[in-house]
Amino acid sequence: MSSLSDLQFELIATVVKVAVLIGSLLGIFSGMTYVERRVLAFMQFRLGPNRTGPFGLLQPVADGIKLFFKEEVMPEGANALAFYAAPLLSVVAALMAIAVVPYGPPFSLFGRTLQLQIANVDVGVLYIFAITSLGVYGVVLAGWAANSKYSLLGGLRSSAQMFSYELSLGMSWVGVIMIAGSFRMNDIVDHQAGWFFRHWNLVLQFPAFVIYFIAATAEVSRTPFDLPEGEAELVAGFHTEYSSMKFALIQMAEYINMITVAVLCTNLFLGGWHSGLPGILPESHPIFGFVYFTVKVAALLFVFIWLRGTLPRFRYDQLMDFGWKRLIPVAALNILVTAGLLAFRG
Amino acid sequence: METVTAIVFYVLAGAAVAAALVMITQKSPIGSAFALIVVLCSLSAIYGLLGSPFIAALQIVVYAGAVMVLFLFVIMLLNVRSEEPGPSRGGPLGLTALGLCALLLAQVASVLLRARIDVVASYDASSARVAQELFSPRFLYAFEATSVLILAALVGAIALAKKEL
Amino acid sequence: MSELVRHALVLSALLFSIGALGVFLRRNLITVFMCVELMLNAVNLAFVAFSRALGALDGQVLVFFVMTVAAAEAAVGLAIVIALHRKKDTLNVDAFSLLRF
Repeated sequence: MSSLSDLQFELIATVVKVAVLIGSLLGIFSGMTYVERRVLAFMQFRLGPNRTGPFGLLQPVADGIKLFFKEEVMPEGANALAFYAAPLLSVVAALMAIAVVPYGPPFSLFGRTLQLQIANVDVGVLYIFAITSLGVYGVVLAGWAANSKYSLLGGLRSSAQMFSYELSLGMSWVGVIMIAGSFRMNDIVDHQAGWFFRHWNLVLQFPAFVIYFIAATAEVSRTPFDLPEGEAELVAGFHTEYSSMKFALIQMAEYINMITVAVLCTNLFLGGWHSGLPGILPESHPIFGFVYFTVKVAALLFVFIWLRGTLPRFRYDQLMDFGWKRLIPVAALNILVTAGLLAFRG
Repeated sequence: METVTAIVFYVLAGAAVAAALVMITQKSPIGSAFALIVVLCSLSAIYGLLGSPFIAALQIVVYAGAVMVLFLFVIMLLNVRSEEPGPSRGGPLGLTALGLCALLLAQVASVLLRARIDVVASYDASSARVAQELFSPRFLYAFEATSVLILAALVGAIALAKKEL
Repeated sequence: MSELVRHALVLSALLFSIGALGVFLRRNLITVFMCVELMLNAVNLAFVAFSRALGALDGQVLVFFVMTVAAAEAAVGLAIVIALHRKKDTLNVDAFSLLRF
C-alpha cells in the first residue's frame, strides 16, 4: 500500500469516498422514507407502517419494488427529452452538493493523511450555493415538459419559491464566512473547535442559524413550505404527470436535498464533527468525530419531521411575502451587525 | 500542456462549441436556453482549469443560476413556442452573415495562434485575493457604482413590466 | 500552460463569432438576447485567460463587473421584452422595425 504513488493513492481514496458517500446517501434516503412515516405516525397518535417485515422495516423495499413495476406514463404532447431529463437533473444536482462537505476529522492511513471529504475546494460554500441554484432547473423543466396546466403552474410556483429563499439562504452564510475568514468548509468547521460550544456558530450567529433553517426548509419544499406538494392545491404540483421510477427519482432528489441541507447546517452552525466538549468527549479520532457528526445530522432530520407533523402550510402569497419582505431584510441586518462587530474588534 | 488537462479542456471546449451551435439553430427558445446553460457550465469548468475557482463558482451562481432562470421564466410566461423564419440559411443574407462571422473568426484566430503569449508559472487567484483586489482603491468606486446600478435595474425592471404604472 | 491559454483565447473568439452569427440570423427577440449573452461570456473567457497569462487579478475583477452588468441588463431587457409582447403579441424582431409603437 505504501508503494503506491501519491496520485494513485488519492485517486483510489477519492473513488472509495465517492462510492461510500453516494451509497450511504441513497441508503439514508430509503431509511428516511420509513423513519418519516413512523415518526409522523407516532406524533399523530397512530402506528404507521408496521406490517412489512419486523416493525415495518422492509417498507422501503416494498415501496421500491412497487415503484419499479408501475406503468410509465407520458402525457400526449409532452417533450420526451425534457420529460426524461428533468428528474435526472434534480438527482444529479442533489448528489453533487455533498462533494465539499467534511464529515470527520483528518486521520492517517498507511502513512498518509486522509481527509474525510471528497474535495477540499477553495470556494467550498460558494460551490454548494452554485449547485443549489442548479437544482431549480430540474423543477422548472419537469413542470414545463409534461404539457399540463397543473404541472406548469406547479413548476413555476415551486421554482419561484426555491430561488426566492436561496437569497436569504446565501445571506445567512455570509456572517459565518466573515467569522471564519474563508469559503473553505474545513476552515469554517475548524473555527468552531473549542470548549463548551462557545465557538459554535449556533451561539455566535444565532439569528443567521434561524434564518438558515427557515430558508433551508423552504428551499427543500418541506412543511410548512410544501405548497408544491399540497394535494388540495395543484393536484401534485410539478410532478403531477410523473409515475414510477421518474417519480421515485424526484422524491429521491427531494430527500437528498433535505439531507444535504441538514449536513450543511451541522458543518456551518453546529460545529461539524467537533464535540464541543473536547476534554470530556474525544473528537480527533475519526470514528468519534463521525459519530458526533451523525448524531447532529440525525437530530436536524428529526426536527424536519417534527415540523412536518406540527405546522400548517403557508399560502403561496404568504410564503413569497415572508421570503422577500421579512427574511431578506433580517439577513441583511445580520450581515451588517456582524461586519460592524468584526470591524470594531479589529 | 499535460495530457489530462488537454483532454479535459478539449472535451469542455467541444461541449461549449456544440451547445453554442445548437443554440443558434434550435427552433424553440427553451431548447436554446438549455443549450446556453450547457455553454455556461462548460465555461465555468474552463475557468476552473484556468485557475480561477472564485469566478467559476460565481459564473454558475449568477449566470446559470439566476440569469438563465429569469430567461426561462419569461419564455414560459409569455408562452413563446417557436418563431417565424428569418433570413434562410442558404439565402444571400444568411451567407453574408456566415461569411462575415467566419472572417472575424479567421482574423482573430490567426493573430492568436501566432502571437507570443508568456504565461506566469503560477498565480494565486483564491477568493481572498480577488476580494482584496476588488476592495482596493482601484476598483472600490466601481464596486459601489455597480450596487447602485443593480438598484436602478431592479426599479427599472419592475416599472417596465408592470401592467399600469 | 501557455498552450491552454492560447486555446482558451481561440475558443473565446469562436464563441464570440457564433454569438454574432446568432444575432444576425435569429428572429426571435429572446433568442437574440441569449446570443448577446453568449458573446458576453466569450469576452469573460478572454479576460480570465489573459488574467492567467499575466498573473494579475485585474481580469477577474473585470469579469466580476461584466457579470454584474450583464445580469442587470438581462433583467431590464427581459422587462422590455414583456412590455413589447404585451403591446404587439409577437416577439419577432421584424415587427419592431419602426422605432415607435
